[in-house]
Amino acid sequence: MQPAPTDAASEGRRARAAAARLVHRLAGVGPLIGLIALCVLGTLLNRDFATAGNLLNVLTRTSFIGIISVGMTFVIISGGIDLSVGSMAALIAGVMIWTMNTLADAHGLAPLAIVATGMAIALVLGAAFGLAHGLLITRGRIEPFIVTLGTLGIFRSVLTWLADGGALTLQNPLVDLYGPVYYASLFGIPVPVWVFALTAAGGALILNRTAFGRHVQAIGSNEQVARYAAIRVDRVKCATYVLLGVCVGVATVLYVPRLGSATPTTGLLWELEAIAAVVVGGTALKGGEGRVAGTVVGAVLLSVIANILNLTSIISVYLNAAVQGVAIIAVAFLQRGRR
Amino acid sequence: MSVAVKFHDIRKDFGPVRVLHGVSFELAPGRIHGLLGENGAGKSTLMKILAGYEDASAGELLVDGVPRRFEGSREAEAAGIVLIHQEFNLAEHLTIAQNIFLGHEKRKGWLVDDTAMRREARELLAQVGLARDPDMKVRELIVAEKQLVEIAKALSRHARLLIMDEPTATLTPAETARLFALMTKLRAGGTTLVYISHKLDEVEKITDDVVVMRDGRFVAASATAGLARQQMANLMVGRDVSDMFPEKGAAPEDAPVALRVTNLTVPGWVEELSFEVRAGEILGFAGLVGAGRSEAFEAIMGLRHKQAGEIEIDGRTLTLRHPRDAMRHGLTYLSEDRKGRGLHMNLTLQDNLTLMTLERYGHPLLDLKACRRALEKAVRDFGIRTGDLDSRARMLSGGNQQKLALAKFLQPDPRVIVLDEPTRGVDVGAKRDIYFLIQRLAASGRAVVVISSELVELIGLAHRVAVMRAGRLVATLGREHLNEEELIAHATGTH
Repeated sequence: MQPAPTDAASEGRRARAAAARLVHRLAGVGPLIGLIALCVLGTLLNRDFATAGNLLNVLTRTSFIGIISVGMTFVIISGGIDLSVGSMAALIAGVMIWTMNTLADAHGLAPLAIVATGMAIALVLGAAFGLAHGLLITRGRIEPFIVTLGTLGIFRSVLTWLADGGALTLQNPLVDLYGPVYYASLFGIPVPVWVFALTAAGGALILNRTAFGRHVQAIGSNEQVARYAAIRVDRVKCATYVLLGVCVGVATVLYVPRLGSATPTTGLLWELEAIAAVVVGGTALKGGEGRVAGTVVGAVLLSVIANILNLTSIISVYLNAAVQGVAIIAVAFLQRGRR
Repeated sequence: MSVAVKFHDIRKDFGPVRVLHGVSFELAPGRIHGLLGENGAGKSTLMKILAGYEDASAGELLVDGVPRRFEGSREAEAAGIVLIHQEFNLAEHLTIAQNIFLGHEKRKGWLVDDTAMRREARELLAQVGLARDPDMKVRELIVAEKQLVEIAKALSRHARLLIMDEPTATLTPAETARLFALMTKLRAGGTTLVYISHKLDEVEKITDDVVVMRDGRFVAASATAGLARQQMANLMVGRDVSDMFPEKGAAPEDAPVALRVTNLTVPGWVEELSFEVRAGEILGFAGLVGAGRSEAFEAIMGLRHKQAGEIEIDGRTLTLRHPRDAMRHGLTYLSEDRKGRGLHMNLTLQDNLTLMTLERYGHPLLDLKACRRALEKAVRDFGIRTGDLDSRARMLSGGNQQKLALAKFLQPDPRVIVLDEPTRGVDVGAKRDIYFLIQRLAASGRAVVVISSELVELIGLAHRVAVMRAGRLVATLGREHLNEEELIAHATGTH
């Protein structure tokens, strides 16, 4: 519209644009408001909720899903999806433990070197799995949903086979050495929370302030336009899956020392929690727009729900997933038509 | 039985913005009415009110003398009023017959009666002159054919007043001629037609009366015969637009060749195409839709697989596998499909503008202030009219979107730029701006390729025009041969 604007009309338009921006921003902080409300509720219901110990516990437990969700945010914004992350984490954990145990049995290596090798393997495997996904999706021209649905089955069954249907358990001396990666604190904050915070901050910076992040958003917003704008769409898409794979690797590195074992149920349903965190955080499942900060809020919000159910007896803890499900649907309902 | 329409003091507000300021005029029955106005003049909104897609905020709509207020397009259709949108409302994956009867399926008991629908669809297709099987999927049709399907669909609803919003925007001259013949036939059958268009030559050719709107107001109504093209343009813009095209500079005959393409073959589209364009030259590409013009350049850019062909930029033979390679060597291509391939409608102006050259701003973090300065400069240089620098591309008018798209594809500072239908869906004022911009690009030593279906545009702008037909280059016309008759003759193969 471009008629010679009268002052009143242009003022009206400006006011409308400002109002639209405000609504947009409010919708952006919606999940944060929800989280704060939940925390207030938690405090009212149980005095133990607002203690530093409990909150750090919640954050520590969030860190696995949170770190994966940061990677998932990139994949979903680019218009993709990865259903395999839970199985991938399980398989990486299994391979890590198996490798470390084998190296320990061979006696040659120092325990520290063994643990370091295990960690490196986790990251390399994550990147490799992500690359495989990316290549199958871009070069192979297969829907991401299908590719990762396939690997979801493959990863978990390979782990089950490795573990012979049971558990792969890390040997004791290694557990003692590796344990602090999950259990130790730095300046009073548990290590996993530090890693989660760094991953989230790095992710936000990459998404909002680098050419790569902008390309990811452009591809999710309209892939054809991105292609015609000389963006290497295939490469960027591949990179998002590699990034997510590395995030899964990092999460697994933190997860393994927690229990020291990998079983066929390790990481079960993580994919759904990670996707839920991204969506609750305000990223559209069809791609294009989203924020890492939103994802972090989403991940924390989901585990706060679980924590409150644990601390109070109003709703059975067995209904945790149901309450989370209600929260997800409610958020999606509030965000419909925002675009 | 034709339909007569009378608008009385129609107003329409979208939130605080008034887009129609009390419009009153009449449409006599059984005639073809041209509805003229720049983008944003309120033509489409008014027609949506008539066809039941929008509700007037105030005022009265009389159909055959009876005040009406349609609750939806279905109600308007029941009254015989059908609007064909600029962007078609066809389900690509359904067949022609299924589309024609979509929402009005014929039934036999509980089941749909495909046989009857197919039979009737065949009759309707014959009526509109489309020789296609009703079982063909709509996605397999070219744009002009989809248009005919839309008209067939309107006929199946017994349209007595047919509104066409820029029906020829994507049609070639031959297809347009066919459409006009059909419109004349419909008029003879008693249908009232409203024809919305920017193309004044066509309005002159086909309409009986014209109504001009500007800034949401009625400006003038007249018999077409009583109004010269120039007067129409002046009424639309509200000022004199006698000089649409810039002065053509001399063709740079001794300038170096900027882009040379030899024996380009794209399977199914282009066969052994060879041409060259010099620095400072504007080379036009004419041809019917499907002649392979866009496909040829997509293949050159690395957007489409090519079977053979050599590409030379500034004398160096290159292999361009991806648009990024082309961009690096100084070649960019602005697609004809602005919404689907040119701009991210949902992203901000700044993100759109800088998308191709983000590396320039990343060290490695993007310098957002520099991005902002680039936007401010582009808004100034290209005359992009926007109330708000932070708005999204979709909020701009068609003409301003196109200027933004031009700015975007000029950001990499290409030495050769290919513009595919650069003025499609753009109003007269913006068109003129774009023509002058193209002229300036050439004057600054860039080679410019303009692909266009508007012959007037190619004649007014280009130094030479290459004509393609069925994937082959059939002629390259220099200045002395540049006229509509020659171009059409070559494009249609009736030379």
